[in-house]
Amino acid sequence: MTTIDNSAEVENTPPVDPNAVTITINGRAVAARKGELIIAAADRANEYIPRFCYHPRMSPVGMCRQCLVEIEGPRGPMMVVSCMTPVADGQVVRTDTPQVKRAHEGILELLLANHPLDCPVCDKGGECPLQDQAFSHGAGESRFVEEKRHYEKPIAISDLVFLDRERCILCDRCTRFADEVAGDPLISFTQRGNNTQVMTFPNEPFASYFSGNTVQICPVGALTAQPYRFKARPWDLEQRESTCTTCSVGCRTVVQSSRDEILRYQGVDSDPVNWGWLCDRGRFNFQSVNSEDRLVSPQVKSGDSFTSASWSDALETVARTMRLATPGSIAILGGARGTNEDAFMWATLADALGVTMRDAQMDDGLPTSIFSYTQATIDSACAGGTVILLAPDLKEELPVLHLRLRDAADKKRIRIIEVSSHESGLTKQAWRSVRAESGTIATALGALLADSEVAAQLASGPVTIVAGRANLAESSAHTMAAVDVAVGVASHAAVLPVLRRGNVRGALSVGLAPQNGKDAAAILEASANGHVECLILLGADPMSDVADADLARRGIAGAKFVVAIDTFLTQSAAHADVVLPAAAYGEKDGTTMNLEGRVTNVVQKITPRGTSRADWMIAAELADLVGHDTGVTTLADVQKLLSSRVPGFGVTTTAVAIKRDGVVVSAGTPVRTPLSATPAPTRNSYEFRLDLSRKLYDRAVGTITSPAIAELSVGASVCIHPLDLERVGAAVGATVRVSNNHSSIVLPVAASAAVPRGTAVVPFNQPGADIRELIRHGESVVDVRIESM
Amino acid sequence: MARLTEENVRLAREIISRYPKPRSATIPLLHLAQEQDGFVTNEAMEHIGELVGATSAEVYGTASFYEMFKFEPVGKYLINICGTMSCALMGAEELMHHAEARLGIHMGGTTPDGLITLERAECQAACTEAPCLQVNYRYRFRVTAENFDTLVDQLQSGALEGEIPAHGTVAAVRQHIPADKAVGAIAPEDVTEGPAWLDGKAAL
Repeated sequence: MTTIDNSAEVENTPPVDPNAVTITINGRAVAARKGELIIAAADRANEYIPRFCYHPRMSPVGMCRQCLVEIEGPRGPMMVVSCMTPVADGQVVRTDTPQVKRAHEGILELLLANHPLDCPVCDKGGECPLQDQAFSHGAGESRFVEEKRHYEKPIAISDLVFLDRERCILCDRCTRFADEVAGDPLISFTQRGNNTQVMTFPNEPFASYFSGNTVQICPVGALTAQPYRFKARPWDLEQRESTCTTCSVGCRTVVQSSRDEILRYQGVDSDPVNWGWLCDRGRFNFQSVNSEDRLVSPQVKSGDSFTSASWSDALETVARTMRLATPGSIAILGGARGTNEDAFMWATLADALGVTMRDAQMDDGLPTSIFSYTQATIDSACAGGTVILLAPDLKEELPVLHLRLRDAADKKRIRIIEVSSHESGLTKQAWRSVRAESGTIATALGALLADSEVAAQLASGPVTIVAGRANLAESSAHTMAAVDVAVGVASHAAVLPVLRRGNVRGALSVGLAPQNGKDAAAILEASANGHVECLILLGADPMSDVADADLARRGIAGAKFVVAIDTFLTQSAAHADVVLPAAAYGEKDGTTMNLEGRVTNVVQKITPRGTSRADWMIAAELADLVGHDTGVTTLADVQKLLSSRVPGFGVTTTAVAIKRDGVVVSAGTPVRTPLSATPAPTRNSYEFRLDLSRKLYDRAVGTITSPAIAELSVGASVCIHPLDLERVGAAVGATVRVSNNHSSIVLPVAASAAVPRGTAVVPFNQPGADIRELIRHGESVVDVRIESM
Repeated sequence: MARLTEENVRLAREIISRYPKPRSATIPLLHLAQEQDGFVTNEAMEHIGELVGATSAEVYGTASFYEMFKFEPVGKYLINICGTMSCALMGAEELMHHAEARLGIHMGGTTPDGLITLERAECQAACTEAPCLQVNYRYRFRVTAENFDTLVDQLQSGALEGEIPAHGTVAAVRQHIPADKAVGAIAPEDVTEGPAWLDGKAAL
């Protein structure tokens, strides 16, 4: 058997293609490439060959034998599995002979011999490859009269995925996905032989961030997802293709609903972006859209409590405040959770009101000058050369980007150089991975790049710098300085900014970027000092999201009037004077921009909850009420205005809507303001440098309002090196006091060798004691003492 | 006893060093674990995963293929009676019935004192000596009801203590490759030349 790896051959097509071959499928000539599999060539030629185990995004295994075809051999026709056999020039393939038909029927009969015919109660029924292909390629009848095998059904192999072993046809898709794609081989074939079954290790669940994909690619109903079990039949579902905005990777999805309720997201294969994969957080947080806790009507504060108000009253209250406020005293925070159109209309309103205080980030990203470097795309980063990671753990923050880079490194297309303050999900794949204490990343990177072997690697091909905010307790200036170090060594490098909020790049591009260097922290500081008369929170929750909790509290408290536009009554919204209910994801049409600047559409699938409205509508109405009629009444009007006003957005929205892969927009290049990174103070040997980084599951509102994933957060803790733990004199799981000059909190302690000595890793926004009390904005790094109690 | 002992970890590392890839040592290490505890414990599989760089699920997936790895405690002596063709023709079924009656357990069961586990096995490659059985994988040939009873008597009295080691013991003498005799593992991708016989360098 040959293992086929055609990854190396996909790049750099020369004018005359030495890899081009021609084969004949059912009498038709089909152009193919050397190394391509027969089944892939047949797919392109619209000759359908039935299959179960073959998946174009995973290596072929030939497990199910369903894709048998006949090829002409030296001794006459012979049967081969088309998912394991590469094409050869002049090959003659037939998929329609009586022998092939008999083979297909025979394999199906064997597969069905062990498969329960419980289709009427099976979630997969109606969209099941086994069911469909039994009808299209099966004999129609079975000779199997014996008792079928029985297993306990179903068993939960994780919090999200259920396994029904009776239905499993052992195609190796889920186990291959877990191993090859996700890199979490926590499920495996066990009891191989007559009783082969997919199973986890006893008491070790399939806790992968990508487990939902196995449900989607399962060709039978063996794997089902807890949030969708027995919720709907496929023929009851309506669907529209959209883009996930949970993080900024922008995975293509279909939003499926029934009876005006979103029931499921499924990944769609977008070649430049997600390859069909989704992370579990993005896949299952649809539950938050359906949450009972959604805001359904405008709320106006009277005294200490809210009373429901009509939209006209609520908007008039806001408009009056805006009219009376001094122009320089209105501030807008947020906008990254909505569409480009939402952000653009708010920017338009802000322009009309002369608002200069605006920021779509929560002091948790990077300055917009990150967009002033040559920009990379996910594809360009994964195509070849070197990738320098100066980013948070992508597996935790941008999971599908992690999958793409992991795949590229695994297939040896790229070499990853990582400089981070603790090990990440890509450390194992990295060619060079060094640990550097927060505040010293740029210096460590400089030293690493000075190595002659590394320098040769950088010079040998394209270089992509993946830059993001790795540590919320470290000034972003350190990351920017490190980017400059990398660009200084590799001037041909391109930057892939990994700001994580769904549409943060879109919001920053269409007008919600800070002006005059006044970012969210500066705005909150101004507000705390009484300089903000009207603070607008556009889907923003500074009290949960800003790393400096004290600043957020003072900022919200200091604003004379706070307007929150949100889907839930968040911690910050609870302090607002007026809360306006916003339409959520899946309840409004529009466009979004992912981290590489790719504009794709998002769609409305269900009616907005209660009287909630899209943010852009609210902005348009307010503009009207404050006397700046924008002339906008429909989304098309907004898009027309957007494409004429914002450079790069000239792409017609129809072009975006019809293109699955969207359009990469190069918006105007922001000016790079030279940043001086305050050198990090030397850490006292008895202190720990705080590394505040995100986990996939935290207290984000979309997560905690989705019951399936709400409980998956790891909880607040502090993780240090095992030897440091010994030095502190505490046992794993014991509580320790974490303190600095600002505050002191008590956290359970964990130990991991993935954390270097002298560093303390604390996950951000987890249930438990809040580490943010120890953080003050503007400090270069944060050092803490850890004492056993 | 659960994870590998310190001594066995040392041995495990030596075994791992014999292979180009650590994972290749999975099965020898499973034998080591079974030798240590009489069966393969979950903790040992986790430990082996750590040692060879695999997840516990992968180790379990590999181990569970093999009938001879036990995941639950078995008796001190595991008696496998062959039931394949030659032995069946020579009275293996009757022998099994006798064994069940004598020990008061069914096939797959263990005596209450934890001394003997009885199992039916497939061909043990001793057809000329049928019917045959193995006690902890040590052969007994041409077994009759009478000499089965004698065997059980001896096992119960401890008369075979020295001859038949406890379940899981693979070899009486541990394989040990002295450092100066070890060839050293070469990873397949580091092999630059073909084998000598292929290049015609060495006379066959």
